[in-house]
Amino acid sequence: MRIRAQASGDKTTVRILMAHEMETGQRKDAAGKTIPAWFIQEVTASLNGKTVLTADWGPAVSKNPFMQFTLKGAKAGDKIAVTWKDNRGETRTDEATVS
Amino acid sequence: MKNRRQILAQSAALAGLVATAGWLPATALAYSKDAFDAKSVADALKAVGAGAPVESKDVTITGPDIAENGAVVPLSVATTLGGVKQLMLLVEKNPNAVVAIFNTSEFVEPNFTTRAKLGQSSDVYAIAIMNDGKAFFAKKEVKVTLGGCGG
Repeated sequence: MRIRAQASGDKTTVRILMAHEMETGQRKDAAGKTIPAWFIQEVTASLNGKTVLTADWGPAVSKNPFMQFTLKGAKAGDKIAVTWKDNRGETRTDEATVS
Repeated sequence: MKNRRQILAQSAALAGLVATAGWLPATALAYSKDAFDAKSVADALKAVGAGAPVESKDVTITGPDIAENGAVVPLSVATTLGGVKQLMLLVEKNPNAVVAIFNTSEFVEPNFTTRAKLGQSSDVYAIAIMNDGKAFFAKKEVKVTLGGCGG
């Protein structure tokens, strides 16, 4: 997961790029069998350990998802952690520092 | 947040009770599965418990007029209204209308960008659900060029 957080004034733009297949469950493979859905369902962002944003996603979010949001009141040096959880129960957390 | 072991234990305990219902309570606790199963915009709003949406200038959706690749369409949802609980991104003609639901908080601006898949040319919606259950929406048409050659 790549996270960039840039502060400008009292607002911080956070851009996140996650590596995930985001399989919809609609596609079929060469043998005509449906490829099972595999996608990120929950995304949580926290600032210095405090949750600031949660999002629920469906399979219609693109492969290797991108998300951008704006934080209020964060300053350089603050820690941003982003966690995702997919429908197989796998999860991943990454951290970045506001610059 | 529950850890995996607790969720599994809970699922096992309740699996027998809800086997006929077709879903496990562990996933329904946090994740609004009903909304993502909804086939249409109206059904999705019902699933999240919002009223009939009213078109509003204070809600915006930003995206391309023509998308060459329907698999990666950058879309932004934003609002200038105060007291927003959730911002939803929907694509009307996708098999399941809801793309994403962002739960806002006082620490973030109600302005989110992500990339969505569009099965075909469709209206895309941004819906802001307020704390009192009212819903405001904005829509935009995005054309998807088939074949991905930009023609």
